[in-house]
Amino acid sequence: MVGKLMQKDKFNYFIKTEKNNWEVIIGLEVHAQVVSESKLFSGSSTKFGGKPNTQVSLVDSAFPGMLPVINEYCIEQAVKTGLGLNAKINLDSIFDRKNYFYADLPAGYQISQYKNPIVGEGEINLDMPYGSKKIGIERLHLEQDAGKSIHDLSPDNTYVDLNRSGVALMEIVSKPDLRSPEEVNSYVKKLRSIMRYLNTCDGNMQEGSLRADVNVSVRKKGETKFGTRCEIKNVNSIKFMEMAIDSEAKRQVELLESGKSIDQETRLFDTKKKETRSMRSKEEAHDYRYFPDPDLLPLKINKSFVENLKKKLPELPDQKRDRYIKKFNLSPYEANVLVSEIDVSKFFEEVIKTADIKLAKNWIIVELFAVLNEKNIEIKDSPVTPKNLAILINQISSGNISGKIAKEVFDIMIKTGSSADKIIENKGLKQQSNPEEIKKIIKKVLDKNSEKVLEYKSGKVKLFGFFIGEVMKISAGKANPKLVNEILKTELKK
Amino acid sequence: MSDLNKSTLTQITNLIKTKKISSLEVTKFFIKNIEKAKKLNTFITTCFEKSLKDAKNFDIKKNYNGLLPGIPLAVKDLFCTKNIKTTAGSKILENFIPAYESSVTNNLWLEGAIILGKLNCDEFAMGSSNETSYFGNVINPIGKNLVPGGSSGGSAGALAANLTPATIGTDTGGSIRQPASFTGTVGLKPTYGLCSRWGIVAFASSLDQAGPMTKNVEDCALLLEAMSGYDPKDSTSINKKKEQYSKNLNENIKGLKIGIPKEYRIDNMPKEIDNIWNKGIDILKKSGATIVNISLPHTNYALPTYYIVAPAEASSNLARYDGVKYGYRSKKGKNLTEMYENTRGEGFGREVKRRVLIGTYVLSSGYYDAYYLKAQKVRKLIKNDFDESFKKIDAILTPSTPSSAFKFGEKTNDPISMYLNDIFTVPVNLAGIPAISIPGGVDNKGYPMGLQLIAKALDEQKILNIALTMEKAINFKNSINRWWEN
Repeated sequence: MVGKLMQKDKFNYFIKTEKNNWEVIIGLEVHAQVVSESKLFSGSSTKFGGKPNTQVSLVDSAFPGMLPVINEYCIEQAVKTGLGLNAKINLDSIFDRKNYFYADLPAGYQISQYKNPIVGEGEINLDMPYGSKKIGIERLHLEQDAGKSIHDLSPDNTYVDLNRSGVALMEIVSKPDLRSPEEVNSYVKKLRSIMRYLNTCDGNMQEGSLRADVNVSVRKKGETKFGTRCEIKNVNSIKFMEMAIDSEAKRQVELLESGKSIDQETRLFDTKKKETRSMRSKEEAHDYRYFPDPDLLPLKINKSFVENLKKKLPELPDQKRDRYIKKFNLSPYEANVLVSEIDVSKFFEEVIKTADIKLAKNWIIVELFAVLNEKNIEIKDSPVTPKNLAILINQISSGNISGKIAKEVFDIMIKTGSSADKIIENKGLKQQSNPEEIKKIIKKVLDKNSEKVLEYKSGKVKLFGFFIGEVMKISAGKANPKLVNEILKTELKK
Repeated sequence: MSDLNKSTLTQITNLIKTKKISSLEVTKFFIKNIEKAKKLNTFITTCFEKSLKDAKNFDIKKNYNGLLPGIPLAVKDLFCTKNIKTTAGSKILENFIPAYESSVTNNLWLEGAIILGKLNCDEFAMGSSNETSYFGNVINPIGKNLVPGGSSGGSAGALAANLTPATIGTDTGGSIRQPASFTGTVGLKPTYGLCSRWGIVAFASSLDQAGPMTKNVEDCALLLEAMSGYDPKDSTSINKKKEQYSKNLNENIKGLKIGIPKEYRIDNMPKEIDNIWNKGIDILKKSGATIVNISLPHTNYALPTYYIVAPAEASSNLARYDGVKYGYRSKKGKNLTEMYENTRGEGFGREVKRRVLIGTYVLSSGYYDAYYLKAQKVRKLIKNDFDESFKKIDAILTPSTPSSAFKFGEKTNDPISMYLNDIFTVPVNLAGIPAISIPGGVDNKGYPMGLQLIAKALDEQKILNIALTMEKAINFKNSINRWWEN
């Protein structure tokens, strides 16, 4: 993207101080919960929100002699996600034990993948205002989630809920290619969108299905060597990620400019104070003593297994965007908006099955989005169904209602959820398109305002709008504006 | 009624099947034997009420279709048994009652067997003399001051004293074969994956394997058949059809090639062991087998390799015993870390702690490559040695142990000399192949010593057949006078 770009269309995220411009380097480790009925190594349910310790098998609670058995569906989901990230699928991978003690880790180790992950390098394409940018994916591996420690139920006890223990997670590690909170926002949304298209992760951040460890370092603009990084653990909303990065980058810059150095450490983001604080230093870092889990054989996948999944892969956001631009003649911006969420694109495609594409895209992007944003609801919970929106659009296309009336109808649809047809009929909003009727109204208006007609004829053409207004007033806005225009012109010529 | 003290498992099975004796009579007989043998300390838990109830039920239902119809059996206390205390010989599981049944014991009950109780063993199967058990030493029926071997010491002791007609143990580095050798009984470590590990308290997952311990080879074939089989709950279980070891048992070993590995002739090995080994070689020759001198060049590295791999896995496997979910929890400690430290400090014995420490060390960053990774590479070389040999030969004959049973306390303060006891047995575990120990004779003290037959993976039938042939020729008889009953 070279050429004359406006200031806002140029990448411009630097921590600016009196002395320097600092570039911020960010890498993300996203933990995405796999969509699956049962856990990674046991048959227990993965459903969210169950009563504590009701979805726990003997394996999940690490009873003596219990053994893990891999859930093949989770493997499928990981491979699908890998394919969606244009990544290398490793036909041989190994499950390792990551050893550490904690009350919500029943076995004293987490089964994860260390040196040989199931998915290797890939990439994600971001559409930024300053052009498209590719973010490298380092790897994707499968691992078990831990349980949940609950510290605030009792002053003396910690309670442990193992419902989540053993649920499959994909850890998706990016390369340190991200350079701003905005890019991180865009990256997480794109990653989530891809996984939702694939139905491999529901991306529900409130329920913890998607969370990230954020690695941040800074360097002076123009430098090529990376600075010392800090890892901010377990950030569970995009907004917090952006805030954490900004605050952490500023902290690092301040330290460096005052002549101090950065300690490589793990930090936490305090959502109340909006700043990061140290969790443990490099010296306190765990030695996880990774080694291949002897209870599980190395995982071997057939080429045909991967090929079959590849064939069944749905159209992904980037492909869909390109198709929309080409087939529906949409602008890249419009196409991106419509494909960013699979539910939005589904809604759009449902509407245009029966309704005009141009009207459909405008109504969704402008009117419907305004309502959804205002009500803070997802499109799948929209009070206006795709079918009803299509009906409304068809009423406009066929000239039954004007755009102005359509907005009134739309408001009622939002409130009541009833169909456009019914509202138009019940409220008598149908457009007056009978020329004879319109002529009658026009004549009435012209008779009543004969002086103004004379003024018009003597050159005060601006009065045309006044006549239109009067006609619409009498017709209660229902007169077809196009016809009114035409007939009025002829009548005034008489 | 025949003398059940002189009957084998197979004979008792036939007595029950032919209705010459009831399951209840057999069960009562063994319960009486057990009650008279408290001195030996072979049992951690008995469950006679259940045993008698199950025996009565069997006699009512009269279902003789199983391989072990109405046979009472005691099992090593490493197998989880539903509603019956399972301790693994450790204080940390002193009061642990599983709500589930291990696959292997479940197979036994499905074949008609009845549980008598749970047998003493080294703590978490870590030991070669049963002296690490929290529940005290097991006395070898061979002699009052002798260890029964380990870790399946309670199993071997109970079997030799005829407190159970047969039993099962687990073998991670020799824990079935060494005690079998020390007590003049038969013990088989199957191919890794032949018997399910599901529900067995884990020691070292890549080495652990359950196996039969019996009075003779015929019983061994029968019990192996009953306990083995594919289990989808164990990812390392071998998916293949069950073998009929009993039916296919025969003495035709003509033309088989038996390897004698030169590396097993170690320095300072008692002369008697050489003699017994040579006697075994002669028997094989006379039976029509060909003797081939072979070399297993990496044998020397097996013991150090084992004592890296096994503790490494154990350190991770035993992390779950943390006082949080089940088992012993120390009352001391102000926070979670202190609770962990006290629970594990008080709950584990010295040998377990030693191995957890070794294992943690060899997996630590900075040491992993030098120890664990290197050990895995050597393990491959050891397996290759066997693979290469089995291209030319059918089986290997070695002594089972470098000595006969030793005295209590003799090696307690010298872990290395204790570990050396496993020198002939660990290579087999590292290679994942089957081996059987049968009585080969006695030393000058009159203590039994075993011979070991090793075959390639899934060749259990072959070593059973060779063992049967040798057993006939050796005609070993334990001279035990039931001294503990006085």
